[in-house]
Amino acid sequence: MTAIRLSQGAAASRILGIGSTQPERVVTNDELSTIMDTDDQWIRERVGIRERRFGGTEDTVVSMAVEAGSKAIAASGLTPSDVDTVIVANCTTTVPIPNAAAQVADLIGIKAAGGFDLNAACAGFCYALASASDMVRAGSATRVLVIGSEKLTDVVDPVDRSTAIIFADGAGAAVVGPSDEPGIGPVAWGTAGDLAETITMPNGRHIYQEGQAVFRWATTKIAPIALRALELAGLQPSDVDILVPHQANLRIVEAIAKKLRQKGAREDMVVADDIVTSGNTSSASIPMAMDHMRAAGRIHSGDVALLVGFGAGLSYAGQVVICP
Amino acid sequence: MANAKPTEEEILAGLAEIVEEVAGVESDEVTADKSFVDDLDIDSLSMVEIAVQAEDRFEVKIPDAELANLKTVGDAVNYVAKNV
Ligand SMILES: CC(C)(COP(=O)(O)OP(=O)(O)OC[C@H]1O[C@@H](n2cnc3c(N)ncnc32)[C@H](O)[C@@H]1OP(=O)(O)O)[C@@H](O)C(=O)NCCC(=O)NCCS
Repeated sequence: MTAIRLSQGAAASRILGIGSTQPERVVTNDELSTIMDTDDQWIRERVGIRERRFGGTEDTVVSMAVEAGSKAIAASGLTPSDVDTVIVANCTTTVPIPNAAAQVADLIGIKAAGGFDLNAACAGFCYALASASDMVRAGSATRVLVIGSEKLTDVVDPVDRSTAIIFADGAGAAVVGPSDEPGIGPVAWGTAGDLAETITMPNGRHIYQEGQAVFRWATTKIAPIALRALELAGLQPSDVDILVPHQANLRIVEAIAKKLRQKGAREDMVVADDIVTSGNTSSASIPMAMDHMRAAGRIHSGDVALLVGFGAGLSYAGQVVICP
Repeated sequence: MANAKPTEEEILAGLAEIVEEVAGVESDEVTADKSFVDDLDIDSLSMVEIAVQAEDRFEVKIPDAELANLKTVGDAVNYVAKNV
């Protein structure tokens, strides 16, 4: 019989470096209050956002992915030619063809990279990270550039106060490569398609969400996923140095942190609160929060970070990583 | 929880504990005549968290659509008493 030879992968994988980017334009709650019936206090109390960034016409899913991805490669001490695969998690390109990954790879200067887009909405980065980790371990890739890049302002009605105050633009990226010691734990992922109608695009152009239904789901179902990711990695809640939930709403982030502390996570666990100045950037929010916290000296190389993404689908995914 | 239906006093006491836990309102402030929003300063998202905890504690379902009708603590006690 003819036997197919299998590829040999690395013993383990880890994040080698991270990077992120945001558009220039800062949009405050007060500015939004001039174009819709809302106010700073309401937004801060219900959602936790103080300001966010909106891209201009020059900022696209591709352009932001290129910038974040290039920074992540540099932060890894690598050059584009060291990378062989690109995954761009996103759910906001306004047309499906061509995909973002092929252009991003070309613009960064990664020749003939393997590449694809991945849509798991706000869970996209964690799905892509898990895929990249498994590709490195299976031998189908050596170094994978994993990017979450979103231009939510292209898919939000700019005067709909139930979404326009929440969503924003930006990109975050990580390079995943081989490692002797495990730096990315097993993924705990899943979907709840029975709740698909709670986040949709009814007119094909703009996001609509059933806010309270999503809030209820996120505040009850996501902490158990984070705990499952810890269990799969053989760690305890008390081992977590940094909790990085998708930055959907600060109240959701705090509810998840509270549940983890009830299960033994430390009081001094650092909890990502990047939403305060970045808004909800869907698949970009987790790597962007990590990058901002690294730049601010709030997380350090070797720290144990627990990531958990969740959003439309509904979809969710979480894993433990060691910070590069 | 025991299978016996909780009394209204037990439901009120349980709700008061939940409200204190979620919103930091002193439990003896939580009386039947109080409006969640106007008197206790509890917003719609805290109401969702209160509903979730009340569902666990009293083994009832409190759907989001129902939640909007529970204006006072007394409304919530009655709803739980009726549906438990
Ligand atoms: C969207 C969200 C902030 C809305 O909060 P909410 O409390 O459910 O809002 P509601 O629509 O019930 O409105 C509550 C009150 O605030 C008012 N309101 C709603 N939006 C407002 C705004 N942008 N500014 C000011 N007031 C607002 C409403 O008029 C209402 O007032 P009333 O009670 O006097 O009628 C909240 O549901 C949420 O964040 N859910 C999770 C969604 C999420 O994270 N999605 C991303 C998943 S990836």
